[in-house]
Amino acid sequence: MKKSLVLLLSLVLFLTMTVSGCGKEQRAADAKAGDGKATTLTFWTFQELHKNFIDDGVATWNTNHPDKPIVVKTEVYPYDEMHNKLLIAIQSGTGAPDMADIELGKFANFLKGSKPGLVEFNDVIEPVKDKLIMGRLENYAKSGKYYGLDYHVGAEVMYYNKEILDQAGINVNDIVTWDDYIAAGKKVVEKTGKPMTTLESMEKWSYYPLICMQGSDAMDKDGNVILDNAINVKTLQTLKDMLYKDKIAIITPGGHHHSEEYWAWMNKGNAASVWMPMWYMGRFVQYMPDLKNKIVIRPMPVFPGGKKSAGMGGTGTAITTQSKNIELAKQFLAEAKLSKEGSIKTWSLLGFDPIRSDAWSDPVMSAPNKYTDYFGTDIFITLKSVVGDIGSINVGPKFPDAMAQIEKNVIFKVLKEQSQSPEEALKVAADDVKAK
Amino acid sequence: MLEPPVVALNKSYNRLSKIKTLFACQKKAPYLFVLPFVVSFLVFFLYPIISTVIMSFQRIDGPESITFIGLKNYKNLINPHFFNALWVTTRYTFWTMLVLIPLPLLLAVFLNKKTTIGKKYFKSAFFMPALTSVIVAGLFFRLAFGEQETTLVNSILGVFGIKPMVWLQDPEGSMFAMVLLCTWRWLGVNIIYFLSGLQGIPVELYESASIDGANEIQQFWHITLPSLKPVIMYVLTISVYGGYSMFAESFALWSGPRSPGEIGMTIVNYLYQEGFNNNNLGFASAIGITLFVLVMIVNVIQLWVSGFFKKEGV
Repeated sequence: MKKSLVLLLSLVLFLTMTVSGCGKEQRAADAKAGDGKATTLTFWTFQELHKNFIDDGVATWNTNHPDKPIVVKTEVYPYDEMHNKLLIAIQSGTGAPDMADIELGKFANFLKGSKPGLVEFNDVIEPVKDKLIMGRLENYAKSGKYYGLDYHVGAEVMYYNKEILDQAGINVNDIVTWDDYIAAGKKVVEKTGKPMTTLESMEKWSYYPLICMQGSDAMDKDGNVILDNAINVKTLQTLKDMLYKDKIAIITPGGHHHSEEYWAWMNKGNAASVWMPMWYMGRFVQYMPDLKNKIVIRPMPVFPGGKKSAGMGGTGTAITTQSKNIELAKQFLAEAKLSKEGSIKTWSLLGFDPIRSDAWSDPVMSAPNKYTDYFGTDIFITLKSVVGDIGSINVGPKFPDAMAQIEKNVIFKVLKEQSQSPEEALKVAADDVKAK
Repeated sequence: MLEPPVVALNKSYNRLSKIKTLFACQKKAPYLFVLPFVVSFLVFFLYPIISTVIMSFQRIDGPESITFIGLKNYKNLINPHFFNALWVTTRYTFWTMLVLIPLPLLLAVFLNKKTTIGKKYFKSAFFMPALTSVIVAGLFFRLAFGEQETTLVNSILGVFGIKPMVWLQDPEGSMFAMVLLCTWRWLGVNIIYFLSGLQGIPVELYESASIDGANEIQQFWHITLPSLKPVIMYVLTISVYGGYSMFAESFALWSGPRSPGEIGMTIVNYLYQEGFNNNNLGFASAIGITLFVLVMIVNVIQLWVSGFFKKEGV
């Protein structure tokens, strides 16, 4: 008994040491870079990859501006924890970092009240306005002031499994409208026995892009709840029909397209397509290696009179008003994220569709990397053909709640449980969001 | 030349002896010893409790826009989501009490027997899960309860010819997963409570009972159970508290307060969702205060029913 206690204690001690050791190592490395003259900026993110991107930006900045060197201390926290910590720090007026990544779904929380705790970027955005996909920056704006810089466009696209479509005798390029898509789906099911696609029952990615592509949204421009309007009801009915009437779709294994179950299942070539934003490329490359060279990226099918895509998801890097080096942080972020070079890096380092349109035609973009190896070289041809249609979504203070309603109640009760009709579920959700 | 160090030594000696007398003083020493607790209680518990009460009457939009809105936060609690959370949490608490009192009690009785083989091994094996992080364990349980045929639980069911189930998108299935996770985690802790209670029962009672011809079941019913009543009361009280304040199990199974159709939405998950995901800290504070009142009511009823407030010997 005593022996096992000693063993246990030493194990705990060892773990504590390793965990705290990680932190120390990080600090030591930073201290080496900052030899006194350099200004230290702190940066919080929830995405390890973004740290690499910022580190690369710092190296570039220090080469270009030897007169004002900087050191960026990055802290990577889990998604929820980082946003909570930041919210509390801003709320209580102390302890916030200079810069932080804030996910779009959470951004509205930081813009509540008359004086947001974030710094506006208007002066660095204005000079390059015509080259940016402004719809993506509107998502982080409040009364004409821009508070966040996104990493990517997040264009909604269709990922087709060409192998399955070939078996069914379908040419990908013939699918233009949703009617074409459903017809092709029936053919796929008939010929191969596999579903055309999967629909999420726990997240918004199957439903929300489709309503945005038809000019609808959860809220209108003025923040009024329009969750239960005719377009939204009809679109949800279309999805329900895909599952139970046309029988071309099934509910995503695991409930959403980020679940381990889905990745393993999809990797075996079990569905002919999936619609997700461009940034989902990374998930294919990382988690579905067996589909390499089988997946092609094409524009979304269109609804009559609808748009060809919508900008989905995103993360805005912001500067907090608590920063002591606001101007320097702003200049640095502008160079790292808004310049053409920086924008190209979002592709080469992160595999994102850059937010600056003049970056897309740069020769660097067609250079082979792990994404072109996987999906072929026509990724940006697809993107260019749809990007004109990408606008902003309406992100008011009620946005987080509205999205939670769609994900937790509407989608689940209509598509999975079938306990409510699209009208009912959307009406209940809309009333709920309005009531707050 | 040697004088100054001596003075210093004297001084430090004096200070040391002062501290010594303080520790030895019967009047002051007790206060000194509880001081660390009192200070940490005031700073880390009382102050947050008071500000939570104040915040529950406020609408907080940002650092500089705070408005008093009276009882509006409490009125907003009358909504289907809160009632659903209350229902889920009550069901969960009920099931955990139903499982986590009889089961560890029986296991403790067996572990306390002289004839049981491998007692030490089982004691540590049952207790081990309590040392793991619930987030790590939750991740394991989430994957074990996955919906594919190949996941742990479904493949076990497959052996018995039962079809694979979609556990975590079904109200009953997910309740089962949550209660199982809780049982797995807290079984060992409750066994420890019952074991220490069992070891306090005098052996003579059993000896005289067996001389009188009582069998094992009679002994358990008439000696073990009544003697363990205080421990059972204690475990019941902490189970009510633990059940109503459950957060991490549900949080880990659905990676956030995101269970579909709110099938796993507990009160504390609702509090978390409103406070942090929707940045409504005032409303979240009102949920917290309400939870506190609810748990107090349930505990007082339960203690009253069990006769805890009756005077000794009456």
